[in-house]
Amino acid sequence: MEITKELVNYVARLSHIKLTPEEEQKMEKELGAVIAYMDVLNDLDTTGKEPLSHVFDIDNVMRADEVRPSYDREALLSNAPEHTDETVVVPKTVD
Amino acid sequence: MEIVKMTALEMAKGIRQGDFTCMDAVQAVLDQIEQKDGDMNAYVTVMKEAALKRAVTVQKEIEAGGYADSPLAGVPISVKDNICTKGVKTSCASKILGDFAPVYNATVIERLEKAGAIMIGKLNMDEFAMGSTTETSYYGPTKNPWDLDRVPGGSSGGAAASVAAGEAMLALGSDTGGSIRQPASYCGVTGFKPTYGTVSRYGLIAYASSLDQIGPVGKDVADCAALMDIIRGRDERDGTSLSLTDGSLLAGLSADIKGMKIGLPAECFENEGLDPAVASAVRAMAEQLKALGAQIETIHLPFLDYVIPAYYIIAAAEASSNLSRFDGVKYGFRAKEYDGLGDLYEATRSEGFGFECKKRILLGTFVLSSGYYDAYYKKALQVKAVIKERFDELFASYDLILCPTAPTTAPKIGQSLQDPLKMYLSDIFTVSVNIAGLPGLSVPCGFDSEGLPIGGQLIGGRLAEDKVLKAGFAYQSVTDYHKQWAPCGRTGGKQ
Repeated sequence: MEITKELVNYVARLSHIKLTPEEEQKMEKELGAVIAYMDVLNDLDTTGKEPLSHVFDIDNVMRADEVRPSYDREALLSNAPEHTDETVVVPKTVD
Repeated sequence: MEIVKMTALEMAKGIRQGDFTCMDAVQAVLDQIEQKDGDMNAYVTVMKEAALKRAVTVQKEIEAGGYADSPLAGVPISVKDNICTKGVKTSCASKILGDFAPVYNATVIERLEKAGAIMIGKLNMDEFAMGSTTETSYYGPTKNPWDLDRVPGGSSGGAAASVAAGEAMLALGSDTGGSIRQPASYCGVTGFKPTYGTVSRYGLIAYASSLDQIGPVGKDVADCAALMDIIRGRDERDGTSLSLTDGSLLAGLSADIKGMKIGLPAECFENEGLDPAVASAVRAMAEQLKALGAQIETIHLPFLDYVIPAYYIIAAAEASSNLSRFDGVKYGFRAKEYDGLGDLYEATRSEGFGFECKKRILLGTFVLSSGYYDAYYKKALQVKAVIKERFDELFASYDLILCPTAPTTAPKIGQSLQDPLKMYLSDIFTVSVNIAGLPGLSVPCGFDSEGLPIGGQLIGGRLAEDKVLKAGFAYQSVTDYHKQWAPCGRTGGKQ
């Protein structure tokens, strides 16, 4: 699998990350090396193996639908880079 | 004996007996930080006032007969900076979290408080736990107390270095692919990664949720067992946490390992990156366990060549999703210049994440993206199935597996990031344990010719924490590698 500049930029765009020209170059090289190395996995025959998400059996976790106190709004908002008394502030998205 | 050279359990005993107070204990550790952390950089935040204040409270409670069942009451404990601490900056060593101070405590922090431990500070790490050297921290690299020109390992490098240097009595780290065990190995301390689900991840800022576990870093196995007793068990806020029915791990420790069957994987010792000094130290450890009554046999881990790629695919995939929440809206850093909402996300993430984080986010996005999903992500999950099956087979006939924690001793600062693939390979003996969700322990088992510590890793089957810790305890009862004191100088070498 060859990693091109176009592919790096495509994946960066999907990730909401913009790369500087230097980063772009370094990324192409380093991602290329890592992904080339990953091709070793093709040497292992996994035909018919079910992909495994959870190593241990897990159960669905249920709880009663009860109202509980949530965290204090003022405290939560104090971590936001920009906020009013009631909500976080972002640039206008809908006219 | 100097207070900071005690184990955490000895310190707690000293406090209870009235030999010294919690305030003395906290002050002694703060003094050590003051003296050494300028060079070492193990801490992102030192909670001097808060810790001294809490020491007074805990001291009073102990004098009034409180914490009678808690063997670590009054002990100063430090916490990796990816574990949420209410009102105390929790940065993940990333610019993007800025001065984020959580509004709640992680479950492990709540449990520590209830047990009378005193939190003394937040520890340096690789940014978002992505790294094996603690060099990707926004707050600068942590140094190895055995040789300040070398890395402490990572990502819990601050945890391992602080314990080795007496800047912390015990620490909480997190381990996604070896992030507790590998730095413990490089710094000559004891580190334990529990079975997946044993310790609640509530309040642990997620890197790769299916692999992450919180665990202890301490001077010896007994200290780690005592801390495990406090933090483990079911938490309704983490749906993957398990209800445990066994008794105290600390009380269960004994040096009697007669008849224990331990497998020594041939592939680990044939690995071309393995330093001969590491190989011989771990073989000597096997001999010592044999002398204690264990049976040692050669076993095979035929999947060893595939573990690093499988791990990086799974971890990066989960990271790309977990780290999407950092967007400059709800907490932390926001870029100054942007044009509209989409650009706000992009500018914030581009300026806020370091290169290694960006690389893993991009890698994760790539392996999950349409057209590549089957070849990479699905394939990695199939390899995961192969790894689990093999471990299941092995643990049907063996109690434990013994192998090196890392192929080498600590590299020089700056060396690893020049060759990232080589850095990834330093995790070759640790990652499969996370992929299979198993418990793994690193204990000091020797020094190389330059006096740098070597770690041996004991791996157990699912929920076999008792066996793993017992074997480590037995080994430490007949060796003193874990009792050597790091010189905190530039020459390296054993004192």
